[in-house]
Amino acid sequence: MKRIIAKEEYCMGCGLCEVYCTVQHSKSKDIIKAYNRENPKPLSRVRLELNKPVSFAIQCRHCKDAPCVTACLSGAMRKDEATGLVTHDADKCMGCWTCIMVCPYGAIKMDVNGKVVAKCDLCSELDVPACVANCPNRALEVKEVKP
Amino acid sequence: MSKYVIVGASAAGIGAVEAIREVDPMGAITVISEEPCPHYSRPMISDLVSGKASFEKMKCREDKFWEKNDVQALTGRTAVSLNLSDKFVVLEGGDHINFEKLLIATGGKPFVPKIEGADKEGVFTFTTLSDAQRLAARLEKAQKVVVIGAGLIGISVTEALVKRGLTVTLVELQDKILSLLLDPKGSDIVENVIRKAGVTVVTGQSVQRITGKPENDGAVGGVVLTKGEQKPCDVVIIAIGVVPRTELVAGTEVKLNRGIVVDNFMRTNIPDVYASGDVAEAYDFTLNQNRLLPLWPLAVLEGRVAGYNMAGKKTDYAGGTNMSALKYFGIPIISIGIANSKEESAYEILTKHDPQKNLYKKLVLKDNVIVGITMVNGIERTGILFHLMKNRVNVKKFKQALLSDDFSLATLPSSVRKKVYRGD
Repeated sequence: MKRIIAKEEYCMGCGLCEVYCTVQHSKSKDIIKAYNRENPKPLSRVRLELNKPVSFAIQCRHCKDAPCVTACLSGAMRKDEATGLVTHDADKCMGCWTCIMVCPYGAIKMDVNGKVVAKCDLCSELDVPACVANCPNRALEVKEVKP
Repeated sequence: MSKYVIVGASAAGIGAVEAIREVDPMGAITVISEEPCPHYSRPMISDLVSGKASFEKMKCREDKFWEKNDVQALTGRTAVSLNLSDKFVVLEGGDHINFEKLLIATGGKPFVPKIEGADKEGVFTFTTLSDAQRLAARLEKAQKVVVIGAGLIGISVTEALVKRGLTVTLVELQDKILSLLLDPKGSDIVENVIRKAGVTVVTGQSVQRITGKPENDGAVGGVVLTKGEQKPCDVVIIAIGVVPRTELVAGTEVKLNRGIVVDNFMRTNIPDVYASGDVAEAYDFTLNQNRLLPLWPLAVLEGRVAGYNMAGKKTDYAGGTNMSALKYFGIPIISIGIANSKEESAYEILTKHDPQKNLYKKLVLKDNVIVGITMVNGIERTGILFHLMKNRVNVKKFKQALLSDDFSLATLPSSVRKKVYRGD
């Protein structure tokens, strides 16, 4: 399966990863509409973590023994055995925040409306995840790892 | 004859089935469950009562979970006794189910103290789907409800009742609500929010007596509190806590304390007999001792450890601790480990309080290791702190940054960060 690796030595902290992630997870897939018109506002699933001069992007690592999957109270968070992806079904999510309590990367976000969580889906419909494809300094890289 | 027999098919039972199948795709599994459809999320029953979730949404595994995992599911059946020397479980009705390996995952049952009038119509406990369904039906013609117990379950059902427009009185024997999860300051913040939602909160008192209706003494008409005050109501919900369901092992050789005593492989003292979940006393890494921790995520984890070991993959349970996330009344809360110690002087306490934002963060440290985390609002990224806690990372050099608003992995010193986030 794919895993996104952050290279903090190359990250400039520009935040374009968040911008492209937001657009990719918007309804319109259009940057202007995504940022100005969509309601609810689309949410970036990647986080640019900043503590200058340190910066890097973090998103769900799709862990092998994912603590969020074991801890999930509603069955919304699952490990797809075939692809290795940790998937999140927002319709099943009860917004209990238990996954936020156990994710060691702090990679799961409360959704804008505060009712469910949201996290990286590795842009499964794209060949290369949006954050990686649009990082101007190649600080994000996709690696093939064993699921 | 089943290779694996699991009594109880909620969190721990489900976890065990999944773990066994990872290791042993073939060995016959039989699951015994009292409930007709056990694979639903018990923590979601309050969402059912509030109307937020349908039963469909509450199912925490797919409909064909048993078929997919090739499990013989004896649902709607009750295990009544064990024969450990001949290795079989006796079901109500007399059937015997033979096992090679047995998991006792019978869970917990609500603790109901002796209260005069607790047998009246309209008194409920609140842990199972059928509790929730019967309560929801009763609420159709109710206006006032008294909830006894302001812990996790009491708060969850109180919120559901408020959402349904009912008038709720929440009665808590302790001086503060949520006292197992929050210190007095955190508790006050939450109590204020709950009061503002229209709930009457009574602390330091209990319900002495449940009284009947004038026209029908058999139905709930009100309660009398410790200090004598009367509160009229149509429904009483007892949510004081749960106790392990150990009836199945009563009179057997299985070692029992308050719950079933297990080792770190979830084995009881009897060979081939395991226990997990709310019925078992598993390891708490904060207190460094085994104890009852009736929490869904830990039950799944313990069930998984039992399953692996039953199937022959030696797996050690790393332990859990008192850890809960709460979503109720629009105020997200996470509490892990030591939250409300009576001996705070034995620890180093770091706090941050912003009354305007209803924000309260607290870390409890012992020898520069995190042993307690409380977050009232501002819960994002708490898992990083939990990771530091579980792995006993020395935080001496960066502890002041741990409660900062922009805390993240980037806040950690590079050496620590690289241990958490390895670039592979």
